[in-house]
Amino acid sequence: MNTLTIDTSTIVASVAILNEEKLVGEMIINHQKKHSEKLMIAIDHLLSDGGLSINDIDVFGIVSGPGSFTGLRIGMATVKGFAQALNKPVVAVSTLESLAMNIPFADGLICPVLDAQRNQTYTGIFHFEDGHLVRDMADTVMEIDDLIASLRVKNETIYFLGDGLPRFAQVLQEAVPESLIVPNYLNMNRASSAGALVLERALKGETSHYREVEPFYIRPSYAEEHKK
Amino acid sequence: MKILSIETSCDETSVAIVEDGRKILTNRIYSQIDIHQKYGGVVPEIASRNHVTKLPYIIDEALAESRLSLAEMDAIAVTNGPGLVGALLIGLSTAKAMAYSLGKPLIGVHHIEGHIAANFLQFPELAPPFLTLVVSGGHSHLVLVEDYQTFKVLGRTIDDAAGEAFDKISRVLGLGYPGGPAIDAAAKNGNPDAIPFPRVMLDKTQYDFSFSGLKSAVLNYLNGKKMKNETVNPDDVAASFQLAVIEVLVNKTIACANSIGMKTICMAGGVSCNSLLREMMGQAATEAGMTLYYPDPILCTDNAAMIGSMAYYNYINGEISDLSLNGIPGLKIGTRQ
Repeated sequence: MNTLTIDTSTIVASVAILNEEKLVGEMIINHQKKHSEKLMIAIDHLLSDGGLSINDIDVFGIVSGPGSFTGLRIGMATVKGFAQALNKPVVAVSTLESLAMNIPFADGLICPVLDAQRNQTYTGIFHFEDGHLVRDMADTVMEIDDLIASLRVKNETIYFLGDGLPRFAQVLQEAVPESLIVPNYLNMNRASSAGALVLERALKGETSHYREVEPFYIRPSYAEEHKK
Repeated sequence: MKILSIETSCDETSVAIVEDGRKILTNRIYSQIDIHQKYGGVVPEIASRNHVTKLPYIIDEALAESRLSLAEMDAIAVTNGPGLVGALLIGLSTAKAMAYSLGKPLIGVHHIEGHIAANFLQFPELAPPFLTLVVSGGHSHLVLVEDYQTFKVLGRTIDDAAGEAFDKISRVLGLGYPGGPAIDAAAKNGNPDAIPFPRVMLDKTQYDFSFSGLKSAVLNYLNGKKMKNETVNPDDVAASFQLAVIEVLVNKTIACANSIGMKTICMAGGVSCNSLLREMMGQAATEAGMTLYYPDPILCTDNAAMIGSMAYYNYINGEISDLSLNGIPGLKIGTRQ
């Protein structure tokens, strides 16, 4: 089963093709949000270099959020277009669980932190058990101080990663003594991490129809939030 | 040649299939007006959210209605500007993925060129050259269409678009959103000569428009009445405001056509649904010995059929887009990137 997974949820644009045997190929571009211009070109390169055509893809994976609203929609609208044109299923995975998949041998809690602006973070808590990702807290948006308060009582090693780190690494390290900051090269979104989850779920038949799958914004739009 | 076209530049999610640029096989439009009404105007983030949710359904509806399959499409067309960038990117991303998956050409279309092409769908005999007045919520342009690919902007608004002025005045009069139909309806009960609002003609030899001065004049009038505790008849204000806008549009259009010796004029865009504009432009054109075209209201508002029509003319002239096609909010008429 060939899966093609797209992640445009943050400044990183990434595409990966995975099947049961191997990671066929991956592209990660961590430079400027020009996802709309770059994405299809990256997909085209990856497919042709991997000796595949778009018709060989059985399942389309999408990192559905949280993240940049526009970025989420570029990826989602692209995946919906593929799935609708080729009549193939979709698997959506969260940006945060996908980040946690970057460090599968971590022996503690994994806490991805995305910069959600306004001193808030999109975050969740995970750990690995027998090589499988286990979720300990639902993806949410919260004040960084509230996250710190909830982590202080954990008494476990906590691995932090995600695009919120440039902003929050210092406060997290000061407040949570058992914290480890994941190095830069494993710190950002990569479609192969999401793709591993996509493949696992697709093999279990946990797929969605292109009309059902939606971006996972967590936050309502600013206008809805501020509507009296 | 059958083209599947997608339009998501503002708050309409629309998908059409058009044959050879002239024949509409289907033109599905999902309007988000009800959703944006309570905010008094289009909220870009909400528009984008609805586009990404609705677009696959609208594509399926279009295919079902036309009893065609995606495999029978010869190309995929999409509006790539001007418009709300986040909204444009939904149609664009889906169109690119579909064209790539189907192995069919991708054709980017300019939204205003699309509005102009709406007339091709309704009038089989219409062919360039002609002068078009494009008036909508976001645009007020006088465009000389020299041929199917050559557009010359002879006049444009230097501030507000005509439709924008309708929306603002409608809001202050409490008539609701969208302002165009609301003002049009209220004006039917009012006296257009009740208040002498200014007609901003700018330089008589130029064909640019300005509506911000008129908007201020209306606001000043309303504030003045309020200060003096006098009542205002909103129908009279609507009628007088509307006449001031329409007179300028009609006079500029006819003068512009005369200046270039053009005997064929078209109207396009949402504001060209306005009943007074249709009536007064019709009279003025007849008096000037000109032929006037404007499409049915459904083709005046944002719709994908007009994009499919323009896409055909792009295609037969070799204007095909590549996978890096981007959404350009300020895309200029006659350009692609």
